[in-house]
Amino acid sequence: MAVIMGLCSIGLMVKSAELNIGWIDGRGPGSGSWSFWLSAGMLLTCIATLVRWFFGTTPESRNRELYMTRDTVLVVGTSAGAILFLLVLTHLLGMYGALILFLLFYLKFIGRHSWGLTLVLTIAIPVAIFCLFEWALKIPLPKAWTEPMFYPIYDLMYS
Amino acid sequence: MESILPLLGAGLLEAVQPLNFLMILLGCTIGLMVGAMPGLGSVNGVAILLPITFLVPPTAAIIFLAAIYYGAMYGGAISSITLGIPGASTAVATVFDGRPMAQAGKADKALTAAAVASFIGGTISVVLFTLFAPPLAVLALKFGPVEEFALMVLAFATFIGLGGDDIPKTIFSILIGLVLATVGLDIISGQPRLIFGDIPGFLHGINFLVLAIGIYGIGEMLWTLESSQGKITVHKVRMSLGILLGNLKDVKEYIKTTSLGSMIGFFVGTLPAAGATPASLMSYGLAKTFSKDPESFGKGNVAGVAAPEAGNNAASTGSMLPMITLGIPGSPTTAILLGGMIIWGLRPGPLLFTEHPGFVWGLIGSLYIANLVTLLINLAFIPLFVRVLTIPFSILAPVIYILCVVGGYAPTQTMHDVWLMFLFGVVGYLLRKLNYPVAPAVLAIVLGPLAERSLRQSLISSHGDPLIFVERPISAICIALGVALILYPVIKKRLNRKKQAA
Repeated sequence: MAVIMGLCSIGLMVKSAELNIGWIDGRGPGSGSWSFWLSAGMLLTCIATLVRWFFGTTPESRNRELYMTRDTVLVVGTSAGAILFLLVLTHLLGMYGALILFLLFYLKFIGRHSWGLTLVLTIAIPVAIFCLFEWALKIPLPKAWTEPMFYPIYDLMYS
Repeated sequence: MESILPLLGAGLLEAVQPLNFLMILLGCTIGLMVGAMPGLGSVNGVAILLPITFLVPPTAAIIFLAAIYYGAMYGGAISSITLGIPGASTAVATVFDGRPMAQAGKADKALTAAAVASFIGGTISVVLFTLFAPPLAVLALKFGPVEEFALMVLAFATFIGLGGDDIPKTIFSILIGLVLATVGLDIISGQPRLIFGDIPGFLHGINFLVLAIGIYGIGEMLWTLESSQGKITVHKVRMSLGILLGNLKDVKEYIKTTSLGSMIGFFVGTLPAAGATPASLMSYGLAKTFSKDPESFGKGNVAGVAAPEAGNNAASTGSMLPMITLGIPGSPTTAILLGGMIIWGLRPGPLLFTEHPGFVWGLIGSLYIANLVTLLINLAFIPLFVRVLTIPFSILAPVIYILCVVGGYAPTQTMHDVWLMFLFGVVGYLLRKLNYPVAPAVLAIVLGPLAERSLRQSLISSHGDPLIFVERPISAICIALGVALILYPVIKKRLNRKKQAA
């Protein structure tokens, strides 16, 4: 991880160096200087972490357990995958369609809840989100091609 | 003192305005539930629910969030006692004696003691807050950009020196938070900066909420999923008015440790990085040290439940002191509150007292009310909160993920931020597995723009001479303290080695 973060730090330094990282007379430090030196600091801390790992001075470097066990990958990976699925579907079906499919998947296939409970929550949660965000907060959530389906509800809300 | 009382009176009146009082009731109840959930604490609740506060005016919004903070501190004890799993790290010490008490059939006594001690801790700390805040704000009025930057260095140094985490990893966490805060348009020249792949979404910068919700919403849930694979059993709690009144008579058993824990909690809470977790552990340690029966600690001593609960509640109020008066948050939760205040157009710091006295004193007044309200709700609905704990995680998790996604979308209304939040959540989880502390990154992204502005203004005024930070007395003291804090763990380690060698 320290190697990846170190590489990211170098990337950030290069990106910062696209701007002025020196002193500009009368205007102070250049736009890129703050982020450049912070990234350089990040790189140094990553090197320090690697050195400490090499000499076995940190508990993590002496830990011989797997970073991710099979069970962890399965449990955490399924959840992270489900969120990824939710985000991709939001672009394709809009937030509400994605929420319904996400809840169906999570409650029925991960949670193994009854169909009754799954259906009640799958309908109730998106409705609650709609009421809170669209009706109360007036924040429209993305709807993709399903937008026209909401026009009758908007008519009711704003009439 | 005479000048404080009318302001406090006005603040209390502001806090009992119908909308504000409703926010206190809602916030305390939600906070209690959030705090009681294993894996969720005040920071998660405040981060996830901040976007929905755009519905109400800033004063009501901050009152709501502060009430969540308060409620969560009370709620943490519920799962510590009935499940043996702390609702948040702040309630870890409560498990030591709370769990044995529950196993011995005294869960009701432990829960009552936790609630009463939290109330005492909250009350003592809010009184101290009222007394210390105005003079500190007056002192802070003397601060210019040089002192502001030095103070931020001190805040970050506190994380390094007192955080107790791996030092290079803590510094990395601070620096990455500061770098993320630089994304977008340069605050002085207006030039686009760190716009990866020319994606326009980066032009408006990275909202601190994106990082906070990612880390404390998604990342925390992934972490909880991994760590709570074991079976959980909830201890039954029998509670009635008679039992409650009987338990309240036992206050004298723990009043001394509670008062001591409250004082320690408040002062520890004011230190950035220290916060409620070390405050509760220190309170527990001191209660055990000064106890006539230290052997009984860890086996179900009621003072072992009361002391950490008083400590963590007092610390939560204490951490608001530097946030309100200096603009430096004392904990990750107050860092998010500070970010929220900036969104609402309020700049935390000394000027807040003169420019928005209604807001500040309304908030202080609400702390008094919230403390009482949380005690009453907690005692009245203990069995209900215990039932909430039986909600399967497979229902709770998707609801929280949805709130994170929608909450991440709401502030800027772009899917770009939601994707970033997901990325931060996953990376935060992976880093946390390697013991990278994540709280400093959240503090840094909130303070980043202020730190950069004050550094650049200071350097412009000194024509690039960095010695300006040691030439002015207040900043010199802050820098000296910061350096001492950074060196403290190194010196401590060397001294320990010498001791072991001797």
